[in-house]
Amino acid sequence: MPAEAKKVRDLLSPEYKFGWTADIEAESAPRGLSEDTVRLISAKKGEPDWLLEWRLRAYRQWRTMVEPRWSNVTYPPIDYQDIIYYSAPRSAKDGPKSLEEVDPKLLEVYAKLGIPLKEQERLAGVAVDAVLDSVSVATTFKEKLGSLGIVFCSFSEAVREHPELVRRWLGSVVPHTDNFFAALNSAVFSDGSFAYIPKGVRCPMELSTYFRINAADTGQFERTLIVAEEGAYVSYLEGCTAPRRDTNQLHAAVVELVALDDAEIKYSTVQNWYPGDAEGRGGIYNFVTKRGRCLGRRSKISWTQVETGSAITWKYPSCILQGDDSVGAFYSVAVAANRQQADTGTKMIHLGRNTRSTIVSKGISAGRGQNTYRGLVRIQKGAAGARNYSQCDSLLLGDQCGAHTFPTVEVHNPTARLEHEASTSKIGEDQLFYCRSRGLSAEDAVSLIVAGFCKEVFKELPMEFAVEARKLLGVSLEGAVG
Amino acid sequence: MLEIRDLHARVEGRDILRGIDLTVPAGEVHAVMGPNGSGKSTLAHVLAGREGYEIQRGRVLFAGRDLLAMSAEERAREGLFLAFQYPVEIPGLSTALFLKAALNAVRKHRGEPELDAIEFLALAKVRMARLGMDERLLQRPLNEGFSGGEKKRNEIFQMAMLEPRFCLLDETDSGLDIDALKLVADGVNAMRGPGRAMLLITHYERLLEYVVPDAVHVLSQGRIVRSGDRTLARELEEKGYAGAAAPRP
Repeated sequence: MPAEAKKVRDLLSPEYKFGWTADIEAESAPRGLSEDTVRLISAKKGEPDWLLEWRLRAYRQWRTMVEPRWSNVTYPPIDYQDIIYYSAPRSAKDGPKSLEEVDPKLLEVYAKLGIPLKEQERLAGVAVDAVLDSVSVATTFKEKLGSLGIVFCSFSEAVREHPELVRRWLGSVVPHTDNFFAALNSAVFSDGSFAYIPKGVRCPMELSTYFRINAADTGQFERTLIVAEEGAYVSYLEGCTAPRRDTNQLHAAVVELVALDDAEIKYSTVQNWYPGDAEGRGGIYNFVTKRGRCLGRRSKISWTQVETGSAITWKYPSCILQGDDSVGAFYSVAVAANRQQADTGTKMIHLGRNTRSTIVSKGISAGRGQNTYRGLVRIQKGAAGARNYSQCDSLLLGDQCGAHTFPTVEVHNPTARLEHEASTSKIGEDQLFYCRSRGLSAEDAVSLIVAGFCKEVFKELPMEFAVEARKLLGVSLEGAVG
Repeated sequence: MLEIRDLHARVEGRDILRGIDLTVPAGEVHAVMGPNGSGKSTLAHVLAGREGYEIQRGRVLFAGRDLLAMSAEERAREGLFLAFQYPVEIPGLSTALFLKAALNAVRKHRGEPELDAIEFLALAKVRMARLGMDERLLQRPLNEGFSGGEKKRNEIFQMAMLEPRFCLLDETDSGLDIDALKLVADGVNAMRGPGRAMLLITHYERLLEYVVPDAVHVLSQGRIVRSGDRTLARELEEKGYAGAAAPRP
């Protein structure tokens, strides 16, 4: 049994494959954060005054706030004056106009990540925005999307080209005062992605952003804003990696989604930031605020996330179900191996009548990993006929890890119907032996068992991402048969 | 095909196998019978490579190779198959996905090309039809919610797909009604052939009426105490183990 347990430990702590750094000359702001830093970032981006003012308000607010410590994670104090808040690859200074103008070295970085932009443009039909450190590097497929009136570009470009849209929706879901990390992000965010789907348009391809932290001691604070007008549909994917470093790096992103009447937004994440080594040295602190607002009637927002990376994950992609008959969903696989800590879950806030939400959370704990599901389902007074279904499953590998669930339910309307299911299981020695006796390596056996456990979530991912997610969990193709 | 010499094994400090000698030549089907606690399942698990058993003495040659030096998955890839007494459930993992992965692991080892989903399904459907199995079972999570008979048939189905050289069947007849038993026996008989050997581990004679063995061995207290032809099975059934298990004069 100890031999078996050790094997499982080894399997769940594979070498991090994306730990390389690229030698790209970067232009960085000095360490530390002050009003001057905020002004510098805003000036670098040539922003209008209203945005600078917004950033400064956020910064002033942030200074009055205290870092939250209520989550089930532990880490040493963060020195916010020791972080570099802005780093741009030097060659991207003036911003790329097209793929041809992008520094070939940057493109190599993305090719190494398995995202050959050119290839993808030609073959896959996935429009990609790639964010390296703080700057958006290239957005493919822009013209094709443009002909449908879809805007998909870097956040900086959106500020320049579509200021009225940004101004109208920025902070409308996650206000700059929302929480400590959201306020910090609002003050110093350097880039990110922006997508706008006009009325009645079904976005014909998956939109995708790849985030990569390359420079050392750099925080990444990107901001994503997606607006789907009446009857619009979009599926958006986000992927993340970072080089292996001994020091911790902060990633504090904000994602805001807005869905108007009959609009639908599917937001998928495969998060594979560097998780730190087996002893817990280094790794990304992934402190992220993600929230969607179902503003319109019958609108839908779904979050699907596969969280395998980061030393610490602190994020609760949430839905505010404001429009009557709106629908929110949260599908999550979170892995905490080695010394990783994950405190993740969702909030479903039911405001409108007959609003519905679904929560499926799969937590996998291995090594000395600690995995926490934290969720809130709140049915407000006006949300007559609201329904929620929650399912929280935990899978344990080994006996030194932990799984915790903190589901909270607040019901202020007697017509609401809520269901909650939860389970905890362990990968048994008998399951492993059964698989191995059929010729599968222990590694493949664990992958298959985990894939089975995660099936309901993987089903929600767009095909390309499902493949990537399974690979990430070391799993050979599921779903190829049937 | 399989040659066991003086095999001793313990688990949790107890001696279970105390010097097994047994040879199963290629092309033959042998049965090992014995009462509860005689070491039947331990023998099956030790041969299949389950961890947690301490092999104190003895050796096992499988097609001329040292079986005990191989990991469980190596044994499987080399062509040893264990049909489990209690097949294990894996929630969420489709039977098809599991078996396709297993089959391709074995094929890769044999130097054969891997099967894609379509080729796999085509082969699986043929094999399932022979066992009277519903092909929808392929899409169901592995053994989850299967009836006892479905689980046992699923074992034989996997065996038919993996085409092992040596089949080890641990109490495959237990929990089967007579119709299911016949189907399982047909499936096993269909696999008999000159290049393949089988060892049926069983408590009762029932299965042996349908799968007629070339030799029968009686296991008692961790040793083979008697060997004989198929009539020995009937004798055991009539006289019970206490009467028949005494060593030959």
